[in-house]
Amino acid sequence: MRYAETGYNLEIDLSRGNIEKVATDPKETELYLGGLGTNAKLIWDRVPPEVEPFSPDNLLIFGAGLLCGTPATGCNRTIVSTISPQTRLLAFSMMGGFWAPELKYAGYDKVVLRGKSPDLVYIWIHDDKVEIRDASHLRGKGAIETAELIKQELNQPKAQVAAIGMAGENRVYYASIEQGRSSASRGGIGAVMGDKGVKAIVVRGTRDLNIARPEEFLGLCNEVLDYIKYREEHPIPGVMPILAGLGSPQEMKVHDEKWHTENFMWGNSRERRKGFWTDEIAKEWTETMEKARTRLISCFNCPMKCGATISMPGLPTYMMKCFTKLTYTMGAFSDLDFGLRIAQKATEYGVDGFSAPQVMAFAIELLENGILSKDDFPGMPEDNEGRFFYLLDMIVRREGIGDLLANGTYWAAKEIGNGAEEFAHNNIKKTEQLPLKLSMLNPIYFLMYSTGEKINITQIEGQFPQAPFPTREAREEFVKDWIQVPDDRFKQYFVDWELRGENSMPFYPTVEMCCDIVDWQERMHYIDDALGQCAGLSSFPLKPPYHIHNYPKFISAGAGIEMDEEKLTAAAKRYRTLVRAINIRRGMRRKDEKPPANHWKKRFPELEEQLLDAYYKLKGWNRDGIPTAESLRELGLDYVSEDFIQRGILGDDEAADPTANQQAATAQ
Amino acid sequence: MTSKKKTIKNIKIDVDKCNGCRACEVICSSFHAMPKYSSNNPARSRIRVIHDPLRDIYVPVYAGEYAVAECAGRDKYVIDGKEYDECAFCRAACPSREEFKEPDSGLPLKCDMCEGEDEPLCVKWCLVDALTYEEREEEVVVEEEDTPDEIEIGLETLINKHGLDKLLDTVEQLAKDKS
Repeated sequence: MRYAETGYNLEIDLSRGNIEKVATDPKETELYLGGLGTNAKLIWDRVPPEVEPFSPDNLLIFGAGLLCGTPATGCNRTIVSTISPQTRLLAFSMMGGFWAPELKYAGYDKVVLRGKSPDLVYIWIHDDKVEIRDASHLRGKGAIETAELIKQELNQPKAQVAAIGMAGENRVYYASIEQGRSSASRGGIGAVMGDKGVKAIVVRGTRDLNIARPEEFLGLCNEVLDYIKYREEHPIPGVMPILAGLGSPQEMKVHDEKWHTENFMWGNSRERRKGFWTDEIAKEWTETMEKARTRLISCFNCPMKCGATISMPGLPTYMMKCFTKLTYTMGAFSDLDFGLRIAQKATEYGVDGFSAPQVMAFAIELLENGILSKDDFPGMPEDNEGRFFYLLDMIVRREGIGDLLANGTYWAAKEIGNGAEEFAHNNIKKTEQLPLKLSMLNPIYFLMYSTGEKINITQIEGQFPQAPFPTREAREEFVKDWIQVPDDRFKQYFVDWELRGENSMPFYPTVEMCCDIVDWQERMHYIDDALGQCAGLSSFPLKPPYHIHNYPKFISAGAGIEMDEEKLTAAAKRYRTLVRAINIRRGMRRKDEKPPANHWKKRFPELEEQLLDAYYKLKGWNRDGIPTAESLRELGLDYVSEDFIQRGILGDDEAADPTANQQAATAQ
Repeated sequence: MTSKKKTIKNIKIDVDKCNGCRACEVICSSFHAMPKYSSNNPARSRIRVIHDPLRDIYVPVYAGEYAVAECAGRDKYVIDGKEYDECAFCRAACPSREEFKEPDSGLPLKCDMCEGEDEPLCVKWCLVDALTYEEREEEVVVEEEDTPDEIEIGLETLINKHGLDKLLDTVEQLAKDKS
């Protein structure tokens, strides 16, 4: 019997309309865990680098995390993986909500889509019954609207629906997949779903999911719940409110937006507004939020209330979480009322809340600087908010200039030319980032921005405080109950970290320490992404309930795979390296690993080179960021090095087995 | 008829506090698995969150006695501007709706307040306090009537679903097969 996972994937060939239930190999789970890990293995095995994002040969995989559907609190994420039209690299965006557990209860760990449907369809999975159904009547419908219509049509109020809106149908490069209160937004995976002709995947499951060692597993879950309660009563002192508690940042609950609005850049990631947050604004925004918000809500089996139901007067209700609350507002230099209204439309259209507002602000900037002209925006309203609504419509419909803007600032600027590229200035690997620009280089963030395969800063940070605490006493206090550290040396790094003086940024933490910190933070995120655990209870906040010391126990007791910290660390490293290998095979190199050029005012090029060199070395990558044959062999990824050598990515000499050489030398 | 003290066990439900996470369903189905906690399947849960997020309806309901399909409670209620079907409040395991029936057999499920535990586990797992456990002593008049046991409840459901004749035929058939 398989535990925690079902042992079956659903393989759907949309070109032929063929549906298969395929048993998976438990050995693969042991090596790659599940979720992102096994998704990456499938992509490596079946999507060679020649395959374009919009090719029928590109796979679109919806993977439930290994522990989704078990009672593990907050474990509910669907990891969607494909080749991104935006970056041409692997995208592995994730969504919380209710979809992944439902898929497990239906009896599957993944839905693997290949081919392309000639007509718009949706997929209906009800336990053993799986159908591809006509969706032509849903063309152009909003993502939330679609979910409601399908549930009515099937008379299945309990079904969970992951759907795309018009942006996905029209292959907007930053189209998202929406699922009730959550969305998989980054990397344009909604565009791939649209390209495959799939409007929605609908799931309803009523099957059992087994646990290997039940009592032990429940004991662990109860420990986590107790710890969550403890942390609710003991927020971390000395850090800003969004970092003091657990969950993803409680943007729907928090009214004080001084930090975000005054530290993040407005418009096309251009302007910082010091002194913006006045009493008047605070009062106005609080009222807007209080009126709009009907309830704070959660994802499956999670007590954190990171999301909210939002009802703006005259607009259909939708659900929101986290930072989209501010992105449109700040992109347009407007207020929260506008932000919540346009986000309703954007959610129905299904676009990424980071990229969409920045692309729109970029278009306005090009117009204001004469690179685009009024003729490029026929019929555009005069008022600021009206212009943003107009641009959103043009983009998701790919009409006029919207057709270029739908490809994101990087590709749009290339096409527009005439100096437009100077304005696409907030990208990493061709994707718009959070508009956060600061004064001096932060070496930890430099590494995360540059080398993060997820290409999204908020998806790697966590665990280690973002800045030193002002006094040594406060730091010593912080490390006292810091049980989450993999090793006590991290406590010392933090205790010695000063705001000013010798032990301050950018030369402290030292290069070696920075690599160590980033490696730990990244490891935790990769473990979450395989288990389907929300980062909000694990890799993202300080002192979370899940960590490297209890995760192996969860995997052992839940999935019945004997696990310890070392083995888990090795597994995470294995599929992390595999994710990189996929991107390396698609051409990614050191030259691509850099934050936006003007992210920090004060840069330290020499230090940055040292950081990259040292991090690559720690990871077992060569100077160009390519995993070496030796490190691949250590991870049991010989098939990757063979492929690299065959393609000339690694030289022949790098394949040589050093132990064999040594033996030969000794023999002589 | 006699009178005696009885402990009334109740789960108080505050729908305003429900965050819709369904942790109650998760732990309920896990607790009632055989062996305990060995599997999870909210479709077997004896508590269900009836929810319709876009209309802001979140109503946790736990399974009570069995009711026949002809139940007259089909009214609509409007509370705080939201419309509820009366079924949303009813604890009955009833043949006309999906909740509180075993997914494979269709047999009714009933809340047992997690017998043997200090409090029902759904209450323990509801960290947002939408569920609270109440226990009170009450003087009750006990009618001298046997409460139906599980087999009876099950049989009654089957009779309601398939008719008595069909059920008798099946039993006869099964008896023949076994002999």
